[in-house]
Amino acid sequence: MSTATTTHDTHDDHGPASGLMRWVTTTNHKDIGTLYLWFSFIMLLIGGSFAMVIRAELFQPGLQLVDPQFFNQMTTMHGLIMVFGAIMPAFVGLANWLIPMMIGAPDMALPRMNNWSFWILPFAFTMLLSSFFLEGGAPAFGWTFYAPLSTTFAPDSTDFFIFGVHMMGISSVMGAINVIATIFNMRAPGMTLMKMPLFVWTWLITAYLLIAVMPVLAGAVTMMLTDRHFGTSFFDAAGGGDPVMFQHIFWFFGHPEVYIMILPAFGIISAIIPTFARKPLFGYSSMVYATASIAILSFMVWAHHMFTTGMPVAGELYFMYATIMIAIPTGVKIFNWVSTMWRGSMTFETPMLWALGFVVMFTIGGFSGLMLGIAPVDTQYHDTYFVVAHFHYVLVTGALYSIIAAFYYWVPKWTGHMYDEKLGKIHFWWSTIAVNVLFFPQHFIGLAGMPRRIPDYSLQFADWNMISSIGGFAFGLGQVFFLYIVIKTIKGGKKASDQVWEGATGLEFEALPSPAPYHSFNEAPAVK
Amino acid sequence: MSTTADSYYVPHGTKWPIIGSIGLATSAVGFANYLHGSSLLVTAIGLAIIIFMMWGWFGQVVNESMSGLYNEQVDRSFRWGMGWFIFSEVMFFGAFFGALFYARELSIPWLAGASNNVATHDLLWPNFQAAWPLIEMPLTEKFDVAKQAMGAWGLPAINTVILLTSGVTVTYAHHALKKNNRGGLILGLFLTVALGFLFVGMQAWEYSHAYNDMNLKLTSGIYGSTFYMLTGFHGFHVTMGAIMLTVILIRAIKGHFTPDNHFAFEAVAWYWHFVDVVWLGLFIFVYWL
Amino acid sequence: MIFKRLAGRVVAPVSAMLTMFFSASAAAEYELNMTQGVTPISRELYDLHMTVFWICVVIGILVFGAMAWSILNHRKSKGAVAADFHESTTVEILWTLIPLAVLIAVAVPATGTLLDLEDTSKADVNIQVNGIQWKWKYKYLDEDIEFVSALSETSRNAVKDPTGVENYLLDVDNPIVVPINKKIRFLFTSDDVIHAWWVPELAVKQDAVPGFINDSWALIEKPGVYRGQCAELCGKDHGFMPIVVNAVSEDDYQKWVLAKKDEAAAVAASSSQEWTQTDLMAKGQEVYNKACAACHQPTGTGIPGVFPGLAGSPIATGDVKDHINIVMNGKTGTSMSAFKGQLSDVDIAAVITFERNSFGNTVGDMVQPSTIKNLR
Ligand code: HEA
Ligand code: HEA
Ligand code: HEC
Ligand code: CUA
Ligand SMILES: [Cu+2]
Repeated sequence: MSTATTTHDTHDDHGPASGLMRWVTTTNHKDIGTLYLWFSFIMLLIGGSFAMVIRAELFQPGLQLVDPQFFNQMTTMHGLIMVFGAIMPAFVGLANWLIPMMIGAPDMALPRMNNWSFWILPFAFTMLLSSFFLEGGAPAFGWTFYAPLSTTFAPDSTDFFIFGVHMMGISSVMGAINVIATIFNMRAPGMTLMKMPLFVWTWLITAYLLIAVMPVLAGAVTMMLTDRHFGTSFFDAAGGGDPVMFQHIFWFFGHPEVYIMILPAFGIISAIIPTFARKPLFGYSSMVYATASIAILSFMVWAHHMFTTGMPVAGELYFMYATIMIAIPTGVKIFNWVSTMWRGSMTFETPMLWALGFVVMFTIGGFSGLMLGIAPVDTQYHDTYFVVAHFHYVLVTGALYSIIAAFYYWVPKWTGHMYDEKLGKIHFWWSTIAVNVLFFPQHFIGLAGMPRRIPDYSLQFADWNMISSIGGFAFGLGQVFFLYIVIKTIKGGKKASDQVWEGATGLEFEALPSPAPYHSFNEAPAVK
Repeated sequence: MSTTADSYYVPHGTKWPIIGSIGLATSAVGFANYLHGSSLLVTAIGLAIIIFMMWGWFGQVVNESMSGLYNEQVDRSFRWGMGWFIFSEVMFFGAFFGALFYARELSIPWLAGASNNVATHDLLWPNFQAAWPLIEMPLTEKFDVAKQAMGAWGLPAINTVILLTSGVTVTYAHHALKKNNRGGLILGLFLTVALGFLFVGMQAWEYSHAYNDMNLKLTSGIYGSTFYMLTGFHGFHVTMGAIMLTVILIRAIKGHFTPDNHFAFEAVAWYWHFVDVVWLGLFIFVYWL
Repeated sequence: MIFKRLAGRVVAPVSAMLTMFFSASAAAEYELNMTQGVTPISRELYDLHMTVFWICVVIGILVFGAMAWSILNHRKSKGAVAADFHESTTVEILWTLIPLAVLIAVAVPATGTLLDLEDTSKADVNIQVNGIQWKWKYKYLDEDIEFVSALSETSRNAVKDPTGVENYLLDVDNPIVVPINKKIRFLFTSDDVIHAWWVPELAVKQDAVPGFINDSWALIEKPGVYRGQCAELCGKDHGFMPIVVNAVSEDDYQKWVLAKKDEAAAVAASSSQEWTQTDLMAKGQEVYNKACAACHQPTGTGIPGVFPGLAGSPIATGDVKDHINIVMNGKTGTSMSAFKGQLSDVDIAAVITFERNSFGNTVGDMVQPSTIKNLR
């Protein structure tokens, strides 16, 4: 054992080792951030191509391309991969890159564990994806895997799914612990909590959500496992359990989960808008409180996904009231962003365009969320494409847009190169038109009565589905174009200045060169 | 990077995580296949890899700690880490407690016609009566019907005393450590470990009694399910805690801890108090009320 | 000029979509917006939906308007110089309280509607609805009528090319018939996984949860045929599980009830007859395609890992008792349901005979309906 440890005393701080092992063994927050971001991009492409299969099958009525069982696998894996593989790891990647730079820390607090958080993921997703090749195929019970469809009625591959989820959970919890330890323990002197950039704040709160709910998800899949194989009856009425109990446990995780996917986005937008409005963020402290309120409320609204499950009416009333309350703190954020723009001196570089797109389209998604929250009317909305439209507005034009915005905003700091402004703008306009063609009509077909998770539909939905599919292919193409932009930016490009943007503030822009050195702050920076 | 007391130690490169991931994946794949008829060999290999990883990783950390690479700030990171790790464990148990309360307060009364479920009872389960502990399930034929429920005041009460006592002994050890009383530290730890394993032994005995004499099984409906899953995961955590305490005991004997530098000891002690508190919850809600 | 530039950017696509929504919703109601339906509740839901929608539109116009204004006027290229304000407790309180007031204004009518929606007491007609992968079983609790309703043959055969097929995927073999102007209470449960019974025009969407009964009600004011679908993912053919409700006058309803009862009596009588092998095989094929082929596939190959094949299956080629048993009683915890509650004696006898002598199975025996009858 002693030989293994002595090597560590002799380490230099010049830069990374080379070769594959650099990436496998790295403890550097920037390397790990990069790994996370690439992983998430790959998952976006995989999950996106599943969405392309979905849209292709739905292009016109009738069963043309895939059989219904495979369609369900596509829907399920699309949701799972996008949520757990694309959006969440992208935010963790951004946290890794940015939090130490933003708070003036030398690295994340627990660097080895940081490496492990990442390196569990490729294994977990390989397991999940390998289920396509097992007998019975991949999970086909939706990303929400309601019992008993996912327990006694599910194919054998479900056990791979279960253990895959366990592993993702371990990864997320370790990642969240690291964020918390870093933020509480690694801030440069003078970086008080209420001076932290909002991205750091939102991630801190997100980390708490993760720690609180990922173990509950682990519990849910564990109960599934024992119901499947060891004769327990958690989700079986015959033994005194209840299939709906699964949904309560799942959504106790699941609703905070959707805020896990949006709070860091709020942080990103709160960084970008002031920069390009050249005006400090309006209402910093109320932003912090609003984020915290959203997080707290998110634990109290889960059953708004279950208005049709036959809950007692008192429960439905409570969950309706609690749910629509979330509009208030979220509104505070929207209003604050608009006030930040108000009487600013705005320019519209690519990151700002994505951020503005976010504000508009996330709000649209929020509005439909509010409508869904009205319990009696959810009778008509529930499990239709109206819901699909809602959550893609908050997830694609919300979460994903913020991630893309973050890329354009910080990539000059990461690589030292400016991205190609013209291509960035094309990317934005192309995507924004396409995404609305893709998801806006889904409101219509949903209201008109098309259920979700169906491979085929009756004829009156044909026109809008075709339009939606065309938007889908266009949006997909746009993201392949994004891949090109990313690679081009890494390979070269105009040299970025240290401050990068005229109005940029924060330690990463003010105290570090572009590109940021491999080790950022060996000496804690001075915080104003 | 320099390693003076005032700079934060950032290790460079580590192979343990990837080994750990391989171990996790191997045991997961192995166990999934085991559930469909394969042997447990692959799982065992995976677990062995994980144990190897823990041995190596913790060993390295211990060495680094002993050679003074960690300053106070690193120590604090560990504390934050351990604290919130325990919180995540609390939430894991929370899911199972949630299932227990849901069954007791909602699904069982509903199956017996409570709230808006009169029709459920009349049309589907006319003979079912709500009760807790639930012995007669709505569809008894499908399950193993226990002869009786597990009482609280026999062995479980003794176990409560054992575990509470062990909480005292570990605190005693901590005080001894702070006063630099090595004898007291080792004695306290030794007693804690012994009580821990005694608890696990008693629990095993209780299980065997429940299975063989009471016909109370995992397959005894929601009562059996919640009983075994809650006490089982708790028992597993006690076992882990006892093993961790054993390691700490060995390290204490080797003289690893000083009155002001003994994070590992405290981490394990926290963990031990956590399993203690969980047990109190179990005792009250699973055995007693 | 600048307005044009802006219009091309943010506002135009969004507002174009909105205009499309409003104008088109007037023209072709059903295609773009929620149905108003044919029950008092469905209209209440529609009104509530529109109220909240318009509230969102107004707030949207305010928010996006303010944003557009600053994008237009407070841009650097127009020489705008950034102001420095970044806090105002007054406005923060205002824009917390105003939305709160709006929400309370919405919550009040929503509460009333919800209480109505959930009040299933004093029903005139009680119908138990069981979801079964992938069909519905209806049981009229006051009438002793029970039947299974599944996707119609026409739709099923049209999946490769549904152009022009009327009510494609929204048509069933056995619609339910209910009287108008009566309070109908539906009691939902399931034999296997969770389904959800949804007919938009009746504003009923309720999960059918195995082991529990949920209920819901409708008072239909207009005779007509109302169509819906299963609205909870329930496995492979979730998309092929439609619902048709035929709302008729009280008189017609009574006639239908009598006819249905006669039909049931005739079916019961047919099981005492002796059947020939050929007749059983022909009938069996028909039943198989309707009731079994969704899982075991028309060619008896099944879907490996999900549904076992029957070609050469140990049960379908083994002891006939086991075969009868699994078809009649199903297997709990799998999608193989107990068909004794769904098929008549003749159907069961025929389909078993068919399975034992098709797909390359050559057992050669046959099962008589009377055998099944005696096993009930
Ligand atoms: C990033 C993810 C994200 C976010 C942020 C949200 C935000 C919200 N969601 Fe959404 N939701 C999902 C992801 C998300 N959701 C997903 C994935 C599903 C489907 C899961 C599945 O079944 O597969 C879902 C489903 C879902 C349902 C269940 C629908 C159903 O299945 O029947 C409901 C019901 O209440 C709901 C409500 C809300 C509400 C009220 C908000 C609120 O937070 C929105 C608040 C925002 C605003 C309201 C806009 C801005 C506010 C103002 C401008 C202030 C003034 C406004 C007013 C006073 C009106 N969501
Ligand atoms: C978390 C984020 C997220 C993201 C980013 C997306 C992105 C997309 N989703 Fe979403 N989706 C979900 C989360 C997400 N989704 C969830 C949770 C569900 C519910 C699942 C369930 O019901 O269980 C769902 C369900 C869902 C449905 C409903 C399926 C059903 O009910 O049957 C549809 C249908 O249109 C859809 C479409 C799309 C499309 C077209 C995109 C596009 O934005 C994707 C764009 C990206 C790419 C296309 C990748 C890049 C392109 C290539 C790799 C090359 C191939 C390109 C071409 C052929 C042009 N998704
Ligand atoms: C919704 C799906 C579904 C439908 C419809 C269905 N089955 Fe099955 N069937 C199954 C499944 C799943 C099994 C395997 C059960 C098990 O795990 O043993 C099965 C098993 C069987 C078996 C035993 C095969 C074997 O070798 O194990 C027979 C025989 C059978 N079904 C006959 C029928 C008949 C006859 C019908 C129609 C009247 C029918 N099934 C309709 C899903 C279905
Ligand atoms: Cu039945 Cu979906
Ligand atoms: Cu939610």
